[in-house]
Amino acid sequence: MQLHTIWFIIIAVLWVGFFVLEGFDFGVGMLHRFIGGSEIGRRVCINTVGPWWDGNEVWLIVAGASMFAAFPGWYATMFSALYLALVVLLVALFGRGVSFEWRGKRDDARWLSSWSWALTIGSLLIPLLVGVALGDLLHGLPIDSKHEFTGNFFSLLTGYGLMTGVTMVVLSLLHGATFLALKTTDEIRDRAQAAARSIGVVAIFVNIAWCIWTLVVIGGGTVPQPTQIFGVIAVIFAQRLSTTDNDGWAFAASGFAIAAAIGQLFIALYPNVMVSSTNHAYNLTVNNAAAGHYGLVVMTVVAVLFFPIVLLYQGWSFHVFRRRVSAPPTSSS
Amino acid sequence: MANDLARWQFATTTIYHFFFVPVTIGLAFLVAILQTVWYRTDNPDYKRMTRFFGTLLLINVAIGVVTGLVQEFQFGMNWSTYSRFVGGVFGAPLAMEGILAFFLESTFLGLWLFGWDRLPKRVHLACIWAVSAGTMLSAMFILVANSWMQHPVGYKLNSQGQAVLTNVWALLVNPTFVWGYAHVLLAGLITGCLVMLAVSAWYLRKGEHVESFHRTAKVALIVLIPTIVIQLSVGNQLGVIENKYQPMKIAAAEAQWTSCKPCSFSAFQIGGGANDQTPTEIIPIPHLLSILATNTFGGAVTGLHELQSQYEKKYGPGNYVPDVFVQYWSIRVMAYLASAILLLALWGGWLLHKDRLRNSRLFLLLCVWAVVTPFVMNTAGWLLTESGRQPWIVQGLQKTVNANSPSVSATEVWISLAVFALSYIVLAWADLILMLRYSRRGMAHADAEAAEPVAGAAPSLTY
Repeated sequence: MQLHTIWFIIIAVLWVGFFVLEGFDFGVGMLHRFIGGSEIGRRVCINTVGPWWDGNEVWLIVAGASMFAAFPGWYATMFSALYLALVVLLVALFGRGVSFEWRGKRDDARWLSSWSWALTIGSLLIPLLVGVALGDLLHGLPIDSKHEFTGNFFSLLTGYGLMTGVTMVVLSLLHGATFLALKTTDEIRDRAQAAARSIGVVAIFVNIAWCIWTLVVIGGGTVPQPTQIFGVIAVIFAQRLSTTDNDGWAFAASGFAIAAAIGQLFIALYPNVMVSSTNHAYNLTVNNAAAGHYGLVVMTVVAVLFFPIVLLYQGWSFHVFRRRVSAPPTSSS
Repeated sequence: MANDLARWQFATTTIYHFFFVPVTIGLAFLVAILQTVWYRTDNPDYKRMTRFFGTLLLINVAIGVVTGLVQEFQFGMNWSTYSRFVGGVFGAPLAMEGILAFFLESTFLGLWLFGWDRLPKRVHLACIWAVSAGTMLSAMFILVANSWMQHPVGYKLNSQGQAVLTNVWALLVNPTFVWGYAHVLLAGLITGCLVMLAVSAWYLRKGEHVESFHRTAKVALIVLIPTIVIQLSVGNQLGVIENKYQPMKIAAAEAQWTSCKPCSFSAFQIGGGANDQTPTEIIPIPHLLSILATNTFGGAVTGLHELQSQYEKKYGPGNYVPDVFVQYWSIRVMAYLASAILLLALWGGWLLHKDRLRNSRLFLLLCVWAVVTPFVMNTAGWLLTESGRQPWIVQGLQKTVNANSPSVSATEVWISLAVFALSYIVLAWADLILMLRYSRRGMAHADAEAAEPVAGAAPSLTY
């Protein structure tokens, strides 16, 4: 296998990792106001992702930086094409990122509610916009022979891109609800399970519709891809399991559903990395967008040596904080 | 137009980001030291000070992280021609930064923050040291990348004219990197020390928690004194390196239009820009520029005119002289403030020695206000190094004017510039509120956090 194909796989894995991990804290962010109920309940919800959200977000940063390093052409065209969408994405990342650390630091109703909304809206916008961006890669954007984007902001709003964004939001909601059911107790857990059950129904239909649309976009006929079948089955499992005591399995199923969704997108994309809707001859591919061989060798060595270590300590962190989070009995701050 | 706006955006967002980065580097290290002392001595005072400064660190990390995201995105957003050209070299350290530094920093910060009652003391201490290592590694990879823009090494141009990596070690032993990294790391430590010193001095003046803040003032001074001494000589050596690879930068920093040997250094001057090339020098110090730029008493410094004609021969017509005003004053602001901080630190060391630190009200007042200086110096340092590289984005290889995104219009950059400016004002406002609040009233909070947990009770919520 050629190195640039390996790097395409690594980048796909990073995006999968990002959505599987950050997906649940997006879900928690979107749901914390509603499932948490009271201020204490909201704080319990936020604290379930407290130790990890930042590490989860690094998957996004590393995915972006790896695209820059391994496929400079891809990074350059994609990030300049998505310009205004990325501005919005960054603002969402600002608000959400600081809200975790800052929200609970002042006991003032307006302060709490402002950062709470920043967290909610940010957690909604990020999977939506990143979903649109990834969907657009496959759907195609107006790109000329020099690999320059020739459209404007509205060319980014392709139907398929938007559908991909909506799918990511719905799957993140489901993933967040199963996560909350796994990590909380009593009435918060009950509400999380109820949310997972109803979101799950929506997710089943959205996911099936999106899979069919993907087949249309890639001209793949009427036979569903294996990842699509597994993905839909996983959503159904997550929905069915969410009302049982198998919280862990429900969470695993919703995570698998997200992995299958992002996975099928990248499988469908290969060997392109960015499709040109102007002319398929102008597509960016793993060949014409890749960095030099030596650079890829160096990065492969770094990734092979250090990525397993990252997985080990991130895994250890999940192990350390495996317990359910509940409200302290008397404290109100 | 789009190019100028993109430059303004890069400059403002980067300077803003670098208000928070050195605080993170410095405070993470100092908090790790405080916690280590607590671990060793079991003195609960060090635990509450660890919590107190730990909270300031966390408030600051939040904004440092989110403003760092803009940095990664805007190479591609605003500078796609640059990104396409250099990604094969410049992207590699950024990817390595993510894998080696960001995961480390963020994961262990989570473990440290939430792990107070969950992890064995020794393991918990290791977590804050891992965070500190992460911040320093992160700065390392960024400096590898930035130094390559100052002095490109270890690459070749491929058939499409793109830079591709040929030797990764060359990037890591690039003299601009080695000295630049040391300079930035020390700047981070100095910033952290001055923040800790200022907060401690504020409490000492008020006479509250005197014993606790006397300890932290001491820790800050003990780290600050050697750091600032080393920093002055590292900064000097970086000047020598830059004079070798980017002579324009140093000549412009002295407004040295004609070549000289030996060269004097002017403490101040009036004029000296492109329109007035014979400045009125005030307090010229003989030989000092020769020493600073070449490490020899009588060394030669090539003037801007001579360099300009050399560059025209090599690269074709164009203006290769950076903004002399920015260069001249940023190097002076940095050097003078650093010297003032050296004096302040030595004074503090003497007071510490005489055990009069808590009573010297003038010294403590100066320490409170000295908190402004590292931010000014850090900004001046980056202006010197980045503005001094102009007109190049990559020295000798690509000009800034040719590097922006062809598909991004001036209107779009206006929008992003306005949106970022607005967001950053809101973030700065909220950050300032929290930093001041927790600096002034954070001890009660730290005490509550540092209290031993009641057996059987659920732990309090961190966020």
